[in-house]
Amino acid sequence: MNETPESTVLDPTAAPATADAVGGVEAADDGPGVLETRSMDVFYGDFKAVADVSMSFTFNEISALIGPSGCGKSTVLRSLNRMNDLIPTARVDGEVRYHGTNIYAGDVDPVEIRRRIGMVFQKPNPFPKSIFDNIAWGAKINGFKGSKSDMKDLVQGALEQAALWDEVKDKLTESGLSLSGGQQQRLCIARAIAVQPDVILMDEPCSALDPIATLRIEELMLELKENYSIIIVTHNMQQAARVSDRTAFFNVELDTTGQRTGHLVEFSPTDVLFTTPKEKATEDYITGRFG
Amino acid sequence: MTSETGVHDATMAEQLKRRNRPFERVIVGSLFISGAISIAVTIGILWELGSESLLFFREDEVSLGKFFTSTVWQPQAGEFGIWPLILGTLLITVIALLVAVPIGLSAAIYLSEYASPRVRGFFKPVLEILVGIPTVVFGFFAITFMTPLLRSIFGESVVGFFNVLSAGIVVGLLIVPLISSLAEDAMAAVPNSLRQAAYGLGASRLEVSLRVVVPAALSGIAAGIVIGMSRAVGETMVVTLASGAAPRNFDLAADPVFGYVLNPFQGAQTMTGYIAITASGDISYDTIDYNSIFAIGLTLFLMTLGLNSLSRRIVKRYRQEYD
Amino acid sequence: MVQLREQSEAAEFFPSDVEYQGLLSKRSRRGRVVQLSFLLMLTIAVVGLGILLYTIIDDSFGLVAVVNQNEPEAVVSAYGYDPAVTVLDDLNKEQLVDVLQGSVSSGVGRRLEREERFFADRLVFESQAKWDEVCASDEPPSGCSGGVRSKGNVLDLVRERVIQPDIVAVNRLTASIFNPDGFKEEVETAFVENPSRFGEYTYDQVRYQWRAWFSWKFVTSPASDRPEIAGVRTAVLGSIWLVIITVLFAVPVGVGAAIYLEEFARPTRINDLIQTNINNLAGVPSIIYGMLGLAVLVRILEPFTSGSLFGEGAPNGRTIMSAGLTLGLLTLPVVIISSQEAIRAVPSSLRQAGMGLGATKWQTVRSQVLPVAIPGILTGTILAVARAIGETAPLILVGAASFITVSPSGPFSQFTALPIQIFQWTSFPQEEWRHLAAAASLVLLVLLLTLNAAAVIMRNRFSRRMS
Ligand SMILES: Nc1ncnc2c1ncn2[C@@H]1O[C@H](COP(=O)(O)OP(=O)(O)O)[C@@H](O)[C@H]1O
Ligand SMILES: [Mg+2]
Repeated sequence: MNETPESTVLDPTAAPATADAVGGVEAADDGPGVLETRSMDVFYGDFKAVADVSMSFTFNEISALIGPSGCGKSTVLRSLNRMNDLIPTARVDGEVRYHGTNIYAGDVDPVEIRRRIGMVFQKPNPFPKSIFDNIAWGAKINGFKGSKSDMKDLVQGALEQAALWDEVKDKLTESGLSLSGGQQQRLCIARAIAVQPDVILMDEPCSALDPIATLRIEELMLELKENYSIIIVTHNMQQAARVSDRTAFFNVELDTTGQRTGHLVEFSPTDVLFTTPKEKATEDYITGRFG
Repeated sequence: MTSETGVHDATMAEQLKRRNRPFERVIVGSLFISGAISIAVTIGILWELGSESLLFFREDEVSLGKFFTSTVWQPQAGEFGIWPLILGTLLITVIALLVAVPIGLSAAIYLSEYASPRVRGFFKPVLEILVGIPTVVFGFFAITFMTPLLRSIFGESVVGFFNVLSAGIVVGLLIVPLISSLAEDAMAAVPNSLRQAAYGLGASRLEVSLRVVVPAALSGIAAGIVIGMSRAVGETMVVTLASGAAPRNFDLAADPVFGYVLNPFQGAQTMTGYIAITASGDISYDTIDYNSIFAIGLTLFLMTLGLNSLSRRIVKRYRQEYD
Repeated sequence: MVQLREQSEAAEFFPSDVEYQGLLSKRSRRGRVVQLSFLLMLTIAVVGLGILLYTIIDDSFGLVAVVNQNEPEAVVSAYGYDPAVTVLDDLNKEQLVDVLQGSVSSGVGRRLEREERFFADRLVFESQAKWDEVCASDEPPSGCSGGVRSKGNVLDLVRERVIQPDIVAVNRLTASIFNPDGFKEEVETAFVENPSRFGEYTYDQVRYQWRAWFSWKFVTSPASDRPEIAGVRTAVLGSIWLVIITVLFAVPVGVGAAIYLEEFARPTRINDLIQTNINNLAGVPSIIYGMLGLAVLVRILEPFTSGSLFGEGAPNGRTIMSAGLTLGLLTLPVVIISSQEAIRAVPSSLRQAGMGLGATKWQTVRSQVLPVAIPGILTGTILAVARAIGETAPLILVGAASFITVSPSGPFSQFTALPIQIFQWTSFPQEEWRHLAAAASLVLLVLLLTLNAAAVIMRNRFSRRMS
C-alpha cells in the first residue's frame, strides 16, 4: 500500500505514535491504514474481554482474525464500527482510528461510522421484506437522492457485486427470507455494499452455511477486495489461509485476577503466520496442539 | 471508493462529526415522555388520595386514631371507623381464596402435569374466557344465581338477600383463572430434569407432582395466590351488587363472633363497595362523604400495593434459589 | 433381586417384593383418586362458567304476562272489512298512521313528526305554514332534514303508544319451555292473593307472549324508564365512544412508552423507576383509577373535560372525555407491558442489521423492529381494550349517568355505558329489569367475544409468520 506523504504531515500524531504503539506487532511498515487500533481494551461491565490490542488494517486487503473461541475476536470486530454501542455494558478504552480519526472521540457520529464500516453477521439476517427493499432501505435512510431507475441500478449493481443477481433477478419482490442460507448471506453482503462503505466487517460469515455456499462467499470476498477493505473473523484456519492477505491470531489467558482476557498475539502476512509464526502460541494453535 | 486515495485527514474528521438530528431527538423525547406519563399517573394517584384524605382527617368528626381503631362506620352519625369495611373486604377475600385456591391449584397441577394436549386445548380456552368476562356480569350472576341458590339451600331465614358468601364464592370463581395460570407458569418453570430424577427413583406421577414439582414451584404458586388475593381485595362490582350497602358495624365485646361478626350469610359492605355506592349518586365535592372515599381509597391502595410487592418479593427469592 | 437386597444392610428396612407389590398398587390407586379430584376441581371451574352463561341466556328470553292498554285485536277490528288484515302487522303504513292519529295527543304527534316525518309528500300532525316556520328557525328539528319513517318504525310507535303493553310478570327461558302452565298458574294465584300488586288490572286482561329481551330492537332502542321498550343503544354508543377515546390515548402513549423502554432506555435510575412503576400500576385496583379520574379529570380539569375550553357545553366534567381518559390510564400499563413483550420478541439480529447499515436507532426501530412487532402489539392492545370495555367501577366514579336517553353526540357529552347499564338494571328490584340486565350482558359478551376472536386470529396469523 502506498501512502501519501502529506497525510502523515496532516496528522502529526499518527505516524510516530503508531510505530511505538504497535511495537512487536508487524503493522508499522505500511504506516497508518484505513483502520487502526491503539492500545484498545474492551470491557463488558467490569470484565475486561480483550486487552491492549494495537493493529493496523490496510486498504483493499482481506485481514483475518483467528483464535480459540471466547478470545474476543467478535468483540474486537464490533469495536471497529461501534456496534458495541448496542451492548449497554460494553466500553472501549484506547483508540480506534479510521482515516486518522478516533471513532470513539466525543464528536464522532457512530451512525456515520457504521455506514462507512459495514458489517455482515454470523447468521444471515435479511429483513423480513422483499429482496429489493432489503437493499434499497439502507440507501434510502442514508439519503439516496437518485430517481427510481437509479435505485434499480443501485440494487442491481449491489446484487451483481454480491454475485446474486442472476439467481434473484426474477424475484426481486419476494421476501428475503425465501432465499437459501447462502443466498441470504450474499443478500446481506449486497445490502452492506449498497450503502457504499469502504470497510466491510464479517463475523464468521460462513459458519452457518454449507461448503458450496461457503466457497461462493469466499470467491466473492476475493472479488470484493478490489474495492473494499475486508476484515473477517473465522474459526476456520483453512479459510483464513485461503482468503486473507494478513492474519491476526488472538489468544486468551488468565490474568492475575483470574479473568479470561483475550489479547493479540501476532498479526502478520498470512503466508508468514501459517509457515513461520513468530510466537510459540501461534504455532501451537495452527498446528492444532490446542484450541 | 474513498479507500483508494487513503486520505486520513481533516476532511474525513469533518465528515465524521456528530450530526445534529433534531427529528430523532424530538422522537426520542416524545417516547420518553410517553414513558414518563406513567410516573405522572402514580404521582397523580398518590397526590389525589393523599390530599383528599388529609382534608378528611382534618374534619372535626374525624380523627386518625378513631379511623383505625373504631369498629363503627356510620357516616350519617359521624362515626368513621374503617374496621367494618375492612371486615367486609376480608370476609369476602377469605371466602374467595377458599374457593379459588383449591380449584386454581388443582387446575394448574392437572393442566401442567397430567393433561394431554387435547385436554389442555379444551380447558385452557375455557379459563381464558373466564378471564375475559367483565366483573359486572359476575355481579349479575351472583345476584341471579348464586344468592337464590344459597338461600334455597340454607333457607331464606338464614341467608340474607345480600350476603358475603355469595359475593365471596363468585369473586373466587373470578380469580380462579388468575391463580391457575400463575401457578401453571411457576410449575412450567421447574426444570424437567427434576421430574426425571424423581421418576428415576421410582416415584409415581402423583408423588412427582406433589412432592417434587409443587414444592419446587412453591414460591411462584404463593406469589400467584397473593396476586389473587390482591385482586379480590380490589374487586368492586360483585361485592357492590351481592354483599349490600350496609357496613357490618360490630362490637367485639358484645357481638357473637360466629353468629354475627364472621357470619357469612349476611351482608357486609366492603371498602370498594362503599366507594362505589357513595360515588354513584351525584356526589358533591368537598363534603365529608366525598373526602371519606379517598381515605378509604388510600387504605385500599396501600393494601393492594403491599400485596403486590409481597408477591414480587416472593418471586425474587425463588429466582435466587434456582440460579 | 432378592439376593442383591439381602447383601445390603439397609435391605431389612425395605418391604419384601410381595409387600412392595401391594404398596405399589396402593400408591397407584391413590394417584388415580387424586388425579380424578384434580380433574373434578377443574371441571367445577368449567361448570361455573357454563352456569354463568346459562343464567344469562336463560334470563334473556322467556314468557311474559302483559296487560295491553288497547288490545291489538280491537285496533285491527276497525279495519275488519279487509280479510287480509288479521293482526297488527297486516296494516299498511297509512292505516298505522291513522291509528296513531286517532290515539295520541296532537302535541305528541307534532313532536314525533318533528323528529322524523311520516310521509314525504304530506304532513300529518303539523300545518305546512308552521312546519316551514319551524324549519326556518336557527335550530331546525331533525325532521326537517327530509328523512321519512318506515312502516316498521310506525308499527313500533303504534305498539308503544297505542297498544302500550305493560309487563306484569316475567318468566325464564327453560321454565317457559318446560312448564309454561306453571307460570300461568303462578300469575293467576298472584292475582287472586295479592291483587293490589297489579293495581287496576284484572286477570282476564292478562295476555301471555314470548319475548326475546335480547334482540336487534333491544340493541337499537334508546334507554327508557319502561322495561317494555328500553334498549341499550345509548349505552352501546357510549361504550363505543369510550373505546375510541381510550384507544386514542392508550395506544400511542403505551406503544411509545414500550418502544422507549425496550429500545432507547439505558438502565439508569429513572428508567428503572419507570419500569417498576408500570409493573406496580398494573396491579392497582380499577376503582382507584376511577378516583383519579374523579379528582383530576372530572374536577380539576373540568374546563377541558367538559369541553367549555372549546365552547362546548357539558354542565360538568362527567363526560365521555373524562371517562375515556380514565379508562385509557387504566389500560396504559397493560398496553405497555404487552407491547414490550411483542417488541422484545423481535430478533436482535434485525436491529444489528439495521444499525450496521448506518441507520439511526429510530430508523431501525421504525422500519425494521416495529413492522415485525405490530401483530403482537395489536393482539395485546385488543385484549387490553376488551378489558376496558367491561370496566364498571371507574365509570361509576367518574359519574356515568345511569339514566340518559339521548345518544352521546361527541366526546364532551354526558353518557352511559353498557356495563353501567347492566349494573343499574341488576340493582333494580323489579324482575323485568333483571332480564334486561341479562340481555345487556349478552350484548356485552358478544362484543367482547368478537374482539377476542379478532385477537386470537391475529395471534395465530402472527405465530404462523414467525415459524
Ligand atoms: N454481550 C456480552 N456481554 C458480556 N460478555 C460478553 C458479551 N459478548 C461477549 N462476551 C464475553 O467476552 C469474551 C469474548 O467473547 P467474543 O468476543 O464473543 O469471543 P469470540 O468471538 O472470540 O468467540 C467472552 O468471554 C464472552 O463471554
Ligand atoms: Mg464470535
